[in-house]
Amino acid sequence: MEDRVVLTMRGITMTFPGVLALDGVDFTLRKGEIHALMGENGAGKSTLIKCLTGVYQCDSGEIHVDGMEEPVQNHSTLEAQRNGISTVYQEVNLCPNLSVMENLFVGREPVTKAGTIDRRVMLKRAQQLMEDLGLSIDVQQTLENYSLALQQMIAIARAVDMECKILILDEPTSSLDDSEVAKLFSLMRKLRDQGVGIVFVTHFLEQVYEVCDRITVLRNGLLVGEYPLSELPRVNLIAAMMGKDIDDLKEIKPESCQNNCAEPLISAEGLSHVNKIKPFDLQIRQGEVIGLTGLLGSGRSELARTIYGADKAQTGTLKVKDKKVHINHPIDAMRLGMGMLPDDRKAEGVIADLTVRENIVLGIQALRGIMNLLPMKEQCEIADRFIELLQIKTPSRETLVKQLSGGNQQKVIIARWLATNPDFLILDEPTRGIDIGTKTEIQKLIIRLADEGKGILFISSEIDEMLRTCNRLAVLRDGEKVGELQGDMTQERVMHAIAGGENV
Amino acid sequence: MKIKRAIKKITGMQMFLPIASMLLVMAVNIIYDVSNGNAVFNFFTISLRNGVLFGRIIDILNRGSEVAILAIGMTLVVSAAAGADISVGSVMSLAGGMCCMLLAGFGNANVSQYAVPLWVGLVAGLAIACLCGAFNGYLVSYLNIQPMVATLILFSAGRAIGLLLCNSTIVYVRVPSFQFLGGYFWMLPTPIIIAAACVLVMSLILKHTALGMYIQSVGINKNAARIAGFKSRRIIFTAFVISGLCAGIAGLVATSRIYSADTNNIGLNMELDAILAVALGGNSLGGGKFRLAGSIVGAYTIQAITTTLYALGISSAQAPVFKAVIVILIVTIQSPAVTAYFERRAVAKALRANKEAMRV
Repeated sequence: MEDRVVLTMRGITMTFPGVLALDGVDFTLRKGEIHALMGENGAGKSTLIKCLTGVYQCDSGEIHVDGMEEPVQNHSTLEAQRNGISTVYQEVNLCPNLSVMENLFVGREPVTKAGTIDRRVMLKRAQQLMEDLGLSIDVQQTLENYSLALQQMIAIARAVDMECKILILDEPTSSLDDSEVAKLFSLMRKLRDQGVGIVFVTHFLEQVYEVCDRITVLRNGLLVGEYPLSELPRVNLIAAMMGKDIDDLKEIKPESCQNNCAEPLISAEGLSHVNKIKPFDLQIRQGEVIGLTGLLGSGRSELARTIYGADKAQTGTLKVKDKKVHINHPIDAMRLGMGMLPDDRKAEGVIADLTVRENIVLGIQALRGIMNLLPMKEQCEIADRFIELLQIKTPSRETLVKQLSGGNQQKVIIARWLATNPDFLILDEPTRGIDIGTKTEIQKLIIRLADEGKGILFISSEIDEMLRTCNRLAVLRDGEKVGELQGDMTQERVMHAIAGGENV
Repeated sequence: MKIKRAIKKITGMQMFLPIASMLLVMAVNIIYDVSNGNAVFNFFTISLRNGVLFGRIIDILNRGSEVAILAIGMTLVVSAAAGADISVGSVMSLAGGMCCMLLAGFGNANVSQYAVPLWVGLVAGLAIACLCGAFNGYLVSYLNIQPMVATLILFSAGRAIGLLLCNSTIVYVRVPSFQFLGGYFWMLPTPIIIAAACVLVMSLILKHTALGMYIQSVGINKNAARIAGFKSRRIIFTAFVISGLCAGIAGLVATSRIYSADTNNIGLNMELDAILAVALGGNSLGGGKFRLAGSIVGAYTIQAITTTLYALGISSAQAPVFKAVIVILIVTIQSPAVTAYFERRAVAKALRANKEAMRV
């Protein structure tokens, strides 16, 4: 690896009204390295990236890009791209209805002499590009035909083709499953070997240790330090991120209620939804945490949504506390004491333009009905109680929820459901995109809720997190519930079950 | 510093721009009056003539009633469905036509006594307007048609159905009690009272029920609202029905003013004024958060502009041009781009101040 610096950021400071988001942060990226940018939610990772890519203009500090005399001050992402800085976000910012090749060249299409788009050259170059990167993709297909992972790689390909020296990957893996992540990593390594400097932002520690060469840690807008990967073992990384040693995660393993003493809370028989989830049976007892595991798209979320009525069940029967029920709409499920935290926080969770208070009381209000407005005083009390209880970091209860960081938004939605005091709570990826400290808090909360006698349906892509919290795991594969795991659950056994290697 | 902070606080309020626009229009009036040698507050003078109040302010409040009533429903629709109900002008005309048709008896074009009791006509007018709202609401919420397209149907058909009901003529109902809605109650024009009542009722509903929270949640994020237990479709449907009802009330007022169902002209282009009122009130036409008071002030601002232009001696044919210029100004001031510019300037200034403070 050549030790040549492609990017230096010095003393980057950024303030938002009332908040010092970055305070004199330095960041150095060398040629041909994968550099992890780590920190808890709100540490300033995103802000730093946005200063670099021109989304924000930093208040002070200098950015130097290799090969340019003057300090670079990007005013737009376009300008950043011209300076060789490209970004690929968690949400793919391409046009799903255009073909792959059009997406690769949109805005910089090769033109013929007559001034029209030269589709032949475009096709050739696109195919060449895919070949170089080792992707088997038909570039003439519409983008939406490809999985999110491939779309992300296409976005990366686009960035690479624009001769970027610096590639920023902002949480690219949070919606990918393991095999997709592996593909992405091999692409990243290939690019590294070609001399691209890659900034990798992620919450997954394992992934950092798998591909990265170097780690920069931020905390509360301050630089904690820059370390070669080998010099920073995992525990120290977590300590650096949190600024303290955390109690060992493994110690929260529940006092599981293995005996069948508790009464069944929810029992589903033959519930299904066409094209989404094949008929399944599932029983959930009081005080039990059931995990749903399987690859992304295996029907985990769909199963939960069918129980909750977010997607109406088309066959089968559902019993709540031994009484047969019909759920046509989420509110019906709520009246039966259910709650669901959906996996897509942005699309189905928060109501971004409402305040923290309104977002928290929304569930209770829905239960009370439109004619029965919760008095303002009670709204404030409830909001304050949960802000305190879940330690939601917000300037005030009247702050718009969209102004909070992702983890705190998640807590707001959790608060919404806790406020309705449900008997049965579905938590679909509650810890996705959340820093490690909050993750632990949420896991502890799940176990505490189970201890209070509530039934929890927990979905997560991280198997060790499930093993830590769940009493029982239901395994899904290709839209079908294929079995359950109980008792001595190990990572290996679960993996086998998911992959279909073991009959469960 | 204290004054500056106070100014910032005032300009930061959502109601600042609608009210400021209104004040601006009044200022123009005062300047005009002064330059013409009239009394300074000619604009605000209210006098008593023939036992009723008279003056430009009263005139604006009176003439602006219909748009104000429409703006109530329009605000809810815009918020919940992120699109406008462009059928309201047409529905006004239909409601008026229905009412007059019943009161006169089908086929009669000029009557001096009711064929059915007055209340039957009024209720029927409101009912058909609600029905129109329900139709729009069904198309938008259950069939997922864009609001603009869905309401386009009644935009063109509503007026025509009204005309059919009136046997393609103007139906006159020359009964004094029919003129009450558009006439006078004690010293005040009745439309002012009706508009005030409508605004009052809606504000009470918003204050004492969760309707506002429901509509805003649905407007901001339909899917999230559904998961949180709101029946999003039913909310959007309700918003359209309310909008229909408002159009019905406005239509009856407009009909009563001219004691006839002139279906070709009642409520003509009024949907545009209603949408504009919502926008002037600082409400986003993209749905979500709303403020009813803003829309109401917006509605009267539009009327104030119109009345001012007439007072300045601009003919009614040319008035729209000037109105457009004023609207462009107001909308530009409120646009996100301009707001962002001023915000950026404020931030830059604060930073400079910070730096200087540090140097000291």
